Amino acid sequence: MKQPFEKVVAEHGGTVLRVCRVIVGVHDAEDAWSETFLAAMRAYPDLPDDANAEAWLVTIAHRKAIDVLRARKRQPAPVGELPEVPTALGLPGSADGDLWQAVAALPDKQRQAVAYHYVAGLAYAEIAEILGGTTDAARRAAADGIKNLRKNYPGAATEGVPS
Amino acid sequence: MNTSPNHFADPSDADTLSRLRDRLGLNHFADPSDADTLSRLRDRLGLAAETEGLLDVAYTTIDSPVGTLLLAATPKGLVRVAYEIEDHDRVLDTLTQRISPRVLRAPRRLDAVARELGEYFSRQRRAFDLPLDLSLSRGFRQLVQQHLPEIGYGQTRTYRQVAELVGNPGAVRAVGTACATNPLPVVVPCHRVLRADGTPGGYVGGPAAKQALLRLEAAA
Repeated sequence: MKQPFEKVVAEHGGTVLRVCRVIVGVHDAEDAWSETFLAAMRAYPDLPDDANAEAWLVTIAHRKAIDVLRARKRQPAPVGELPEVPTALGLPGSADGDLWQAVAALPDKQRQAVAYHYVAGLAYAEIAEILGGTTDAARRAAADGIKNLRKNYPGAATEGVPS
Repeated sequence: MNTSPNHFADPSDADTLSRLRDRLGLNHFADPSDADTLSRLRDRLGLAAETEGLLDVAYTTIDSPVGTLLLAATPKGLVRVAYEIEDHDRVLDTLTQRISPRVLRAPRRLDAVARELGEYFSRQRRAFDLPLDLSLSRGFRQLVQQHLPEIGYGQTRTYRQVAELVGNPGAVRAVGTACATNPLPVVVPCHRVLRADGTPGGYVGGPAAKQALLRLEAAA
């Protein structure tokens, strides 16, 4: 039995917001979220009752995020401005600009695989359907993404490792 | 799902991940700034859905002297008023099945309804002037519900009198069913229909709510 769309927003809104932040950055995440849920609401009556709503939403968010990233690339980058300043945006741990930059610097596929697996909790088979390619390729992209984050975000590997 | 760190042979990988989630705010589902952001985004979604013609059912809840009321409207008009004892989650499920799954909490469409109900409960209003969508009821029930507003404020009728009013004097029992299944209680005044012996009879909001409304109108 289908749930009211309000329930879908309540259950998955937070996860989709976090996925959007990782994929397009904090600055554009809210636009990506809005586009995602508006498109989802339009298509919702046709979603099969037994579908995995979260995987479905992440698939839509993936497409909307690509639109956002394309639009951004078409606009000339403002000279002298720092990319993605995460402070002042009210995020928890927002002093962690280094990590946001490390995430932003990942190749698209790796960043997407990391977001869909570690943030949205999707299985690699589901991620493979979103990204195209095989389940193994999706697993590799996520693993490479994590490896790169460890390399480029030194704070991650040095503190708090159980010895 | 597959988010637990034990997928990783290397403990420092697991640590990287949990740190990643912490640092990105990914574990902070209850973080107050996220809650604010999401509530703002949900408001924005409601407005955009209305603009795009996607808001098939908008709803809100209001406090009233007879408990929390759920109000729901289609683009045609007010489609449902529900008492708490009807179970608001179940009512939303029914709206989803019967009308459309595009259901959002979007109070703006219910502004006029909420205002008129507030006036009614503070005895400033004796009749409602609202577009109604009676699509949740059919046939004879809908016919009865269309006629109920003819019973004026502070007045009462028996089930038999209402059966006569709709031109079907033998349908006393069916009038009772029509009242019991009224999707728009308070606004469509089924509370003004009583048993022949003057006792209130059943009510979708429970007997106490029926008596509270009758007292409210009698005191005016």
